[in-house]
Amino acid sequence: MRKTNNIILETAIKVLLYFIVLYSVYIFTAGHYYPGGGFIGGLMTAGAIVLLLIAYDIKTVEEFLPVNYRILTAIGLLFAIGTSAGSLLFDVPFLTHAFGDVQLPILGKLSLHTATLFDLGVYFVVVGVTMTIIQTIGEDE
Amino acid sequence: MVCVTFTYFIVRLFSHFLTGDNEWEMINWIPSLGINFTAKVDGLGLLFSLLITGIGALVVLYSIYYLAKNKEKLNNFYVYLLLFMAAMLGVVLSDNLIVMYAFWELTSFSSFLLIGYWYERDKSRYGAQKSMLITVFGGLAMLGGIILLYIMTGTFSFTEIMSQANEIFNHALFVPTLLCILLAAFTKSAQFPFYIWLPDAMEAPTPVSAYLHSATMVKAGIYLVARFTPVFGEHILWFWLVSGVGILTMIWGSVFAVKQTDLKAILAFSTVSQLGLIMSLLGIGSAAHHYDFLDENIFTVAVTAAIFHLINHATFKGSLFMAAGIVDHETGTRDIRKLGGLMHFMPITFTISIIGAFSMAGLPPFNGFLSKEMFFTAMVHVTEMDIFNLETWGILFPVLAWIASIFTFIYSMILVFQTFTGKYQPEKLDKKPHEAPMGLLISPIILVSLVIIFGLFPNLLSDSLISPAMGSILPSLLGAGEEFKVHISFWHGPTIELFMTIGVIILGLVLYKTHSRWKKIYKGIPEKLALNRFYDFVLEGLQSVSYKLTNTYMNGSIRSYLVYIFAFLIVILAATLFGKNAFMFSTSNVSSIGVYEVALAILVVLSSICILFAKSRMTSIILLGAVGYTVSLFYVLFRAPDLALTQLVIETISVALFLVCFYHLPKLRKFETRMRFRLINALISVGVGAIVTLIALSAHSSKLFDSISKYYVENTYTEAAGKNMVNVILVDFRGFDTLFEITVLAIASLGIFGMIKLRLNRRKEG
Repeated sequence: MRKTNNIILETAIKVLLYFIVLYSVYIFTAGHYYPGGGFIGGLMTAGAIVLLLIAYDIKTVEEFLPVNYRILTAIGLLFAIGTSAGSLLFDVPFLTHAFGDVQLPILGKLSLHTATLFDLGVYFVVVGVTMTIIQTIGEDE
Repeated sequence: MVCVTFTYFIVRLFSHFLTGDNEWEMINWIPSLGINFTAKVDGLGLLFSLLITGIGALVVLYSIYYLAKNKEKLNNFYVYLLLFMAAMLGVVLSDNLIVMYAFWELTSFSSFLLIGYWYERDKSRYGAQKSMLITVFGGLAMLGGIILLYIMTGTFSFTEIMSQANEIFNHALFVPTLLCILLAAFTKSAQFPFYIWLPDAMEAPTPVSAYLHSATMVKAGIYLVARFTPVFGEHILWFWLVSGVGILTMIWGSVFAVKQTDLKAILAFSTVSQLGLIMSLLGIGSAAHHYDFLDENIFTVAVTAAIFHLINHATFKGSLFMAAGIVDHETGTRDIRKLGGLMHFMPITFTISIIGAFSMAGLPPFNGFLSKEMFFTAMVHVTEMDIFNLETWGILFPVLAWIASIFTFIYSMILVFQTFTGKYQPEKLDKKPHEAPMGLLISPIILVSLVIIFGLFPNLLSDSLISPAMGSILPSLLGAGEEFKVHISFWHGPTIELFMTIGVIILGLVLYKTHSRWKKIYKGIPEKLALNRFYDFVLEGLQSVSYKLTNTYMNGSIRSYLVYIFAFLIVILAATLFGKNAFMFSTSNVSSIGVYEVALAILVVLSSICILFAKSRMTSIILLGAVGYTVSLFYVLFRAPDLALTQLVIETISVALFLVCFYHLPKLRKFETRMRFRLINALISVGVGAIVTLIALSAHSSKLFDSISKYYVENTYTEAAGKNMVNVILVDFRGFDTLFEITVLAIASLGIFGMIKLRLNRRKEG
């Protein structure tokens, strides 16, 4: 992509980016109880990075976010498969999830699910895959 | 590493001894289909596993010294070799036929890898492919046979099939099953006319040839025939096919072995011939089923001979292969026209070869003599049988066997004396020959000492190995607690067998001395070439035809592929919908339509129509985005926030993706004037739209099942402690789907990455 000269977008994105990413993290963590989840969260994060790409050029974004998205995809898959296979250690069928509540001192009740770890894998894979595709096609000039 | 594995084999070997007969071990694999890993050790399995581990250990020891440590990829070699060993053990110890089939194919596969070990050579690749194609073809036939057996008996367990052997004997599928199983055995054991892969398999490193292609893998077919003798053995077809093909292979292999000039080629054809010998013995032994008495049942001698020769062949052929490998290793050639007079340089190798070859030729006092005598005995007995028209045709067996034995004698002599005696021709050799290091010699020395020990004390084996193995092949002849009495004796008196052996030696010697004169006859026989040529012809034909066929529809234009996919979709769905009379339309369960819905629908329709008339690609993309966003508004109206969110984000990302790709796309050809092109586009788009609409309407109108949503509504919180049903379904209830979906996504992204990056590299180079 060519270098654009769009001050308004560039300035707005600097602020907006954090909100989008934060919101996507919220969407991801809330997934089990409210609308959201790893897939949407991941896509939203990828959307934020795409917005960066539109405002700046691909090289700048790479310097700003030096992430190898293929490795991110692999890590995501490891999370998903690891969580699924982990249940085998407890002699229950593949992909059996466990959950429980923890009482935290100030924040109160916190529900923990192994499903979240699985969803984290989904999140990483979605970000990784989307960005790999966009980056490779974008770099190809 | 190698030493550790070596010790491991020995431990295994002894543990097999200790466990005794009929040991069962079971691990469930697919219990719902009756497919389980069931290991069962019986006489036959024990014999084969001893062969596999014993010869395997010697071969590993030999290959340590044979393969240069710094030049070869040793890790690959040992992985393949041990893979083979494990697979072969699996074949002989599995009771479940499907599991056995899986291991069977694994042996073909590891053989492929080992033949192609020096894959930079054309001939290695050719040989590897050939062996793979032929043996896997047989393997598929076996799978068919196993499935037919399952249809007849309802079980994959061999033990249970055997107990039903009498009931399936008159089944209509009995003969096809028999043929399928025999096809597998004949391809694997290199019987006529499938033997053509074995000579080409000699491109493998010599330890592999010694192990896979003479001692073990090619005997898997023998094993299969022996294993299935209790089931099929009473059938006339089984008798004639097994013994007939066996004896034909024997004579064919021995005649053509004389023609060869490569040491390993001689050994390959000799292996073909010897396998034919064992096969024919098993075929004749199956006739023992028709003589239902144990005492004085003269036909069981064929089975005894088969098993005894199986062991003997492994010992003498293994040592001969190793000796040929040593000659190759120390002189740089295996061509007997270049070799000669090596006796003085390699006295130990010479001794090994001469013992091995004399045993193969059937000379006393080696073990080959004993099994060859028994072979003649069995063949002579065939003439005494009064079943299967043997009164008239039976005489063929001893005659053919005798002729084949003469040729066996000749090539055994050629093998030793052309290499080790005669004129020494140093100018034709690459290296100066000298005796091999001790490490190379240990394994063949162990094998030839076995040749002598089994020759002098044959009854060492008879009770421990041969008798239980016979019990597995001919169980119906045994009562409870009985076992076969096997006694192998050296001297039978002046019987007809002895005269046959003497005749073999005299005629063989005469023909060997004169063979340089009559060898020219071979030039007049093109048969062997014709078989190979037929194979090549079929292979090339298949390749070029399928290439042409594929090219007619894979033309590289993405539009054509989309046309195929959508046309197929329309045809299949329309056919099902109207064929099953599934179309339905009822307005009974429809909610009222509000203003918002109407407005959104109009918006969708308008933007879609605008896309058709858009002048630039940019406009089309943005309009497509508009359609997507409007659809997500529908989800909002129908109170599906998850879907709406997903749709919104996806739409954003895909518009971005489109814009990224935009740069690379060719200019939109607005004025596509070809009528046919536009007509097909119109047809397909209208067709897909109509079909999807029809299906949506019918799906809404017909409620064949209760909706599953109720289950999720009830269980989402109790089972998975989540309140967002959609998400819980994604990560928990249908987590497997998600797991596979993200895997597919990851693979797709890597594919795109690879395609674009590789293409870039090539452009830079070019």
